[in-house]
Amino acid sequence: MSTDTSDASIDDAPSRAELAARIEDLEESLGATTEDDTKKMSIIATKGTLDMAYPPLILASTAAAFGYDVTVFHTFWGLEILHEERSKDLKLSSVGNPNMPVPNVVAAIPGMDRVTTKMMERRIDDNDTASIAELIETSLDMGVEFQACQMTIELMEYDEDDFYDEVTTGVGAATALQEMADADIQLLV
Amino acid sequence: MSAEFDTAETLDVKGASCPMPVLKTKSATDGLDPGDILEVLATDSGSMSDIDGWASGTGGVELVDQIEDGDVYRHYIRKTE
Repeated sequence: MSTDTSDASIDDAPSRAELAARIEDLEESLGATTEDDTKKMSIIATKGTLDMAYPPLILASTAAAFGYDVTVFHTFWGLEILHEERSKDLKLSSVGNPNMPVPNVVAAIPGMDRVTTKMMERRIDDNDTASIAELIETSLDMGVEFQACQMTIELMEYDEDDFYDEVTTGVGAATALQEMADADIQLLV
Repeated sequence: MSAEFDTAETLDVKGASCPMPVLKTKSATDGLDPGDILEVLATDSGSMSDIDGWASGTGGVELVDQIEDGDVYRHYIRKTE
C-alpha cells in the first residue's frame, strides 16, 4: 500500500481518529496480558525420605504465603508425602549419606534406619521444626494444590482414599508439564 | 522495650523455626484491616531476612521496622490494602 514518495505517505497516513482507536485496541490487549500477574510455582516431588520431604513442602507453603499459585506434583516416592498414614512415618536412610554420624558399614545393619530416623525426629522436635503433617496441613490451608501421579498410584497399588482428602488424583505427566510451562518457577525435588 | 507503633495485633512465634514464622505472619496479616500494624515476636534469627523478603515480595503488606531485642526479633508489618 505505502509508497516511497513523501506526498503519498501523508495521504496514506491514518487519521487522528484511526490512531486513537488503534491506541485503544493496544491498551486493551496490553490489559489482557497483564491482568493476571499472580506468580506461579510448579514443583515435582520425587523423593519420600524424611529429609527430602521437607524442601518441597517448605518451598510450597512459603510461596503460597507470597501469594503464588502453587502446584506440587508427586510421583514415585514423592507419593509417600501425600499418603495420609505413611507421611507420618517417613524414614531417614543413613546408608550412602556421608553426613550421617554413622559409617556406612554400621548404617547398613538392619534396624539402623529406625535408629537414625528416631534421632532425626527427636532433633526436629527439640528444634521446634514443623512436622511433615503440620506443613502439609498448613500448605493445604494456604491453597497449595497437591497432585498425585496416577501412574505411580497404580504402580504402588495405592488407593485414592489413602491420600489426604484435598489431593488431586487422576493426573499425569502432561498435566505436570502444562503446569511447568505456565509457571514462573519450576523445581524438581 | 515497648513498640513505638500502634500495633493492632501481636503474633508470638518464639521458638518456631523456618518456615513457620513467615507462614504464621502471612495468616495473621490476612485478618487485619488496611493500615493495621502487626507485631511479630520471633527467636528464629533467619526471620530478620525471611520476613523482610516475604514483605517486599508480597503485595498488600509492607515492613515498617525490625528490632533486635536481646534474643527476640521484633517485626512490624503494616497491611496496606
